[in-house]
Amino acid sequence: MSPEVDAEVEAPTAVETPWRRLDVRMLVVGPLGSLGRLLPVIVILLITGQGDVTRLWVALAVALLVVLAGVVRWRTTRYRITAERVELHSGWLKRQRRSVPRDRIRTVDLTAKLLHRAFGLSTVQVSSASKAVADASGQLSLDAVSKAEADLLRRELLDRSPASDAAPTSPAVAAGPSPAQELARLDWSWLRYAPLTFSSLAGIGAIGATAFNLVDDLGVDPRDIGAVDAAAERLGSAPVWLAVLVVVTVVLALAVVGALLLFAERWYDYLLTREPAGWGAGSGTLRVKRGLLTRRSLSVSEDRLRGAEIIEPLLLRAGRGAQCRALSSGLPGDAQGGALQPPAPRAEAHRVASVALREHPSQITEATLRRHPRAALTRRMTRALMPTAVLVAVAFVLGSVLPPVAWLGPWSLLLVPVAVFLGFDRYRNLGHELTARYLVSRQGSAVRQTVALQRTGVIGWTFRQSIFQRRSGLVALEAVTAAGQGGYTVLDVAAQDAVALADAATPHLLTPFLLRA
Amino acid sequence: MSTVAPTQLPLRPPAHQVSPRAVRWWQLRAALALLFVVTPQVVVLLVMGGDAPGWLAVTAGVTAAPIAAYGILVPPILYRIHRWEITDDAVYTMSGWLVREWRIAPISRVQTVDTAHGPLQQLLKLASVTVTTASAKGPVTINGLDAKDAAELARTLTVTTQATPGDAT
Repeated sequence: MSPEVDAEVEAPTAVETPWRRLDVRMLVVGPLGSLGRLLPVIVILLITGQGDVTRLWVALAVALLVVLAGVVRWRTTRYRITAERVELHSGWLKRQRRSVPRDRIRTVDLTAKLLHRAFGLSTVQVSSASKAVADASGQLSLDAVSKAEADLLRRELLDRSPASDAAPTSPAVAAGPSPAQELARLDWSWLRYAPLTFSSLAGIGAIGATAFNLVDDLGVDPRDIGAVDAAAERLGSAPVWLAVLVVVTVVLALAVVGALLLFAERWYDYLLTREPAGWGAGSGTLRVKRGLLTRRSLSVSEDRLRGAEIIEPLLLRAGRGAQCRALSSGLPGDAQGGALQPPAPRAEAHRVASVALREHPSQITEATLRRHPRAALTRRMTRALMPTAVLVAVAFVLGSVLPPVAWLGPWSLLLVPVAVFLGFDRYRNLGHELTARYLVSRQGSAVRQTVALQRTGVIGWTFRQSIFQRRSGLVALEAVTAAGQGGYTVLDVAAQDAVALADAATPHLLTPFLLRA
Repeated sequence: MSTVAPTQLPLRPPAHQVSPRAVRWWQLRAALALLFVVTPQVVVLLVMGGDAPGWLAVTAGVTAAPIAAYGILVPPILYRIHRWEITDDAVYTMSGWLVREWRIAPISRVQTVDTAHGPLQQLLKLASVTVTTASAKGPVTINGLDAKDAAELARTLTVTTQATPGDAT
């Protein structure tokens, strides 16, 4: 590259936008956070040392190193927002340079953990459209800046109107928060859905594991705790069924309490708003604010929204609850990624999808869906019953070989009605429809998903057909998209209908490849 | 091809077949897999000689037979199935044996075009072309292309996609 070109690229931006540093308070918060994580180690070091001076020195040295690392990190991290890009330089020995084009920014995530909140700081995470969700190059995280600065950045980065491009930190942006329109807020009666979600149950497992680890780290054997030991003793002498009953009850009670706590932590003060765009720009920003200890704020640029998804795990569905998620590129793919609301009544979920996408529910997630052919039922049933048959056979064989577990065979027959139910439910939930602007598809039993994907958001099609599907004339049609999971499937639809559907959803794309009867 | 059975996918197959040498490539890959699985077992058999347990010969046979059968029977089928086509508007491919896959990606949404030559492919002067879109599930791969055709294809695609404005999401 010639020097002239270099100068051309560097000079104007360097003059216009000076580099900024992270907030000074990070000098305190950074080391404090690291020390907090190291605390167990230090405590153990001090306790087991029993006044040993060298151990004290080691602990001190560790603390000093952590503080130093914090200072170095603060000194070496700089960022700036130019008219075209967000740039972040960090690292001392290993320098990192991240740069994200502003017109590719899809979401801006603000997170304030407890410690950050105590110091009025917030972490800003910028996600852009990139090929893979896991691809880190599309992500850029500023940890951390002041709350006011974070809010300013959020507005600046999602507002791509020319005014803000020209003067990224103009006072107008800071002073003029346009009135936000409230779309939904927390109703504490939704707490009843908390125990019905799988993610909460997983959360309880995590909490339990953490607690156990903590106890273990401190060198305490749970059996040494008197109460635990006594309880274990009494359980050991009780009949098996009673012991099982007690354990199950305790675990269930813990799960419910944990789920309630987790719900409260995640969704306290939940608020979904739409912020109109700045002067002259067309679309706004959807913003989800929530969290008790850790405050989170997710902002999704509305013109990057590709649709919405209604998630209904089996238990939640049984309780007539559901949850709505946004489909947008740049959202994390985990369970909470893109959640626009906590688990809520089904009608509320459809309402949120409707206001978020500005469409009538009958055009998106509540559209009347077309049923899939009978062959799909046969296929669902086969797929549910075949593994069950294998399990039952194995159980009977085991039972006949090992007399003590002879009950295994007859009991395993209980799986059959469950499999039949799941197979039938899977079929019953299959459906799809093409509305004016959306492709709506539903599938799943353990987790029922109803996806409404913008037809203009479809960037390719995949037809997939196994030899079994070929025999029954079915096909799985996947609409490929940049948003969410990257692809959404219309499962087991008749071959002819699949092609007709894809052809209608994206006119002209398939036309040259169609075979006319 | 004038009439379509109602159970058949009413899409015509893509226009072009992959290079006939791709059959060799698939066969070689199966041969390598066979070597990888069977060699250790044969070595053990030879080293232990008469002391080798009887089942070892059986497992060697049982693992070798399906791979060998696959290597002999399947590559010609794959060659017949694998097809591709690039029009001004779309990339269209067909692949798969037990699970058949038809993929269509609009040219206007293509982000990158990569050409790859594995060691075996280099030996046979073959190449794979991967066309990536903005989606995590988007990449369309054409395997077993003639190396020259692949380069030409990548060049054409790159020119076409660069001419398309926007960020292809």
